[in-house]
Amino acid sequence: MAKYLTQRFVYMVITLFLIASLTFFLMKIIPGTPFSNASKLSEAQLSIMIDKYGLDEPVPVQYANYLLNLLKGDLGVSFQFNNVGVTDIIVNSLGPSATLGALAILFGTFFGIILGVISALKQNTWVDYSSTFIAVLGKSIPSFVFAGLLQYYVGVKLGWFPVAFWRGPEYMVLPTIALAMFPLATASRFVRTEMIEVMESDYITLAKAKGASWFEIAFKHALRNALIPVVTVLGPLVVSLMTGSLVIEKIFGIPGIGEQFVKSITINDYPVIMGTTLLFAALFVVVILIVDLLYGVIDPRIRLAGGKK
Amino acid sequence: MSQEKIAKEMFLPAEVDATKSEEISKPSLNYWQDAWLRVKKNKGAIVSMVILVLLTIMALVGPLLTNYGIDQQNIKHNNLPPRIPVLEKVSWLPFDGELTRKNGDVYNAYEMKNVDNYYWLGTDSLGRDIFTRLWKGTQVSLYIAFLAAAIDMVIGVLYGAISGFVGGRTDNFMQRITEILVGIPNLIVVILMIIVMDPGILSITIALTITGWVGMARVIRAQVLKLKNQEYVLAARTLGLSNGKIISKHLVPNLAGVIIINTMFTIPNAIFFEAFLSFIGLGLQPPLASLGTLIDDGFKVLQLYPYQMIIPAIVISLIMICFNMVADGLRDALDPKMRD
Repeated sequence: MAKYLTQRFVYMVITLFLIASLTFFLMKIIPGTPFSNASKLSEAQLSIMIDKYGLDEPVPVQYANYLLNLLKGDLGVSFQFNNVGVTDIIVNSLGPSATLGALAILFGTFFGIILGVISALKQNTWVDYSSTFIAVLGKSIPSFVFAGLLQYYVGVKLGWFPVAFWRGPEYMVLPTIALAMFPLATASRFVRTEMIEVMESDYITLAKAKGASWFEIAFKHALRNALIPVVTVLGPLVVSLMTGSLVIEKIFGIPGIGEQFVKSITINDYPVIMGTTLLFAALFVVVILIVDLLYGVIDPRIRLAGGKK
Repeated sequence: MSQEKIAKEMFLPAEVDATKSEEISKPSLNYWQDAWLRVKKNKGAIVSMVILVLLTIMALVGPLLTNYGIDQQNIKHNNLPPRIPVLEKVSWLPFDGELTRKNGDVYNAYEMKNVDNYYWLGTDSLGRDIFTRLWKGTQVSLYIAFLAAAIDMVIGVLYGAISGFVGGRTDNFMQRITEILVGIPNLIVVILMIIVMDPGILSITIALTITGWVGMARVIRAQVLKLKNQEYVLAARTLGLSNGKIISKHLVPNLAGVIIINTMFTIPNAIFFEAFLSFIGLGLQPPLASLGTLIDDGFKVLQLYPYQMIIPAIVISLIMICFNMVADGLRDALDPKMRD
């Protein structure tokens, strides 16, 4: 176990280091400086700015400085605001993103599991077919299309929920639904497949023979085992949440990481782009590791490499 | 008892013919015939295939059906809603050229602007015909997706096959590379690559393929590892077949199912990413159109002219749904796990 963990940790560090270097050098290749839009700057001002941000030093020196600062948790200074650290920007916009992501994954997996259980129990009936249909829609329709339509029909036409911004619980409804569609679809598909398999096993037959109610059988006996493989899709789900957050935060005007990232791309704010990229990458790598570890913990039948024999 | 009344003569000894007991009563089917039989049973997959073929045909001939060019602007005719001859008489269809104002008034935009032309799916804010642009956009999106999927397939199959077949230190080294690549979310790589290269059909395709092939490579490697130890490969080797021949004649045909399934899942993924990039401002530049840029343009005027977003949104959703359904159907039909 310790060997496995160390190995995984080394890979994690290598991956993050590669991503950090990749973002750094890619940002260096991009033609133009961040100040190319600010035409009003005089030559002297420009050279002061370039000097201040260390842009006049040779690239290897900049790279070394960047990596050193990175270790200290300093992601540099944003170009778009005066002297605001990227770390501060990220910390400030982390709240809405984390809330939205957590809500979406809770809401999505909860209803996904319910949908999956119901369609497994009512296999090959109209209930099953309609939940399959919902799952196919949820998996296929791009989140930004769905979010746009939700915003227009539920927000504007019906006026049930606020159309945009992030000012209270009612503002969270539409973005959460839009972001939760993919987790919902994925979870329901997985739970359905697993439930069908589990329902055929001997211990379910025993529970039935004992006279347990269907509710008890479904939720107490079957679901517990059916849920194990769902943990494996948590990785892809987090990725989908990250992708989704970029567009959904843009559509609904939520001041989160995703919106910040998209904004930075359009105005060439390299430090923020690099910072958010690293954050996304770190999140991704950590989630994958947690999922792999969880999998071994939840299901005693699976032992990670190097585990007890 | 009534049973006792059954006469002995009514019974005949069963004929046991050892030669016939192993007779094959059904025609023997090869892998593909068998798979086709199973796909045929899946109605969703068949319907999806038909829709995809129709959409592809429309993407190719659609832009030629109208008299408008893809970037032909007519500012006087901007933001016209869909109007189709004959169908405009059917009141419940949205093809009558009518628009709703924010206060609920319904008015005919064509009469207001004195336009006699018929724009089947309306025009956008620059007065470009949406029908023409829609199919051109579908064409571009499909082109990017197919190209990306094809490149992924070639690199992934080669990498996976070499890694799995050669084995040993080569395999170990190649696996370390993929392990690191898998750790990098492709969303980030794609966005970074597009920031560096200017958005265009080719740069989007390249960005999509940079990490896209890894999934294919891993699946192929696992399959090759399993297949290369099977008896028929040993037999081929004993008969003196070269490695290249073994790969091309014995392994690749057996990998075809996995390759097809994986590619079918790559295509909708690529379409999604292309649209996604357009939506966050990293898509194709005008006058080029793709489904993503059309949705992005439509989204900006969604409240006033909803049809401008809804039309491309329907097409992209349809493509995504159909590809997913076909891929699911093919996986069920070709899945090697079910045949082992």
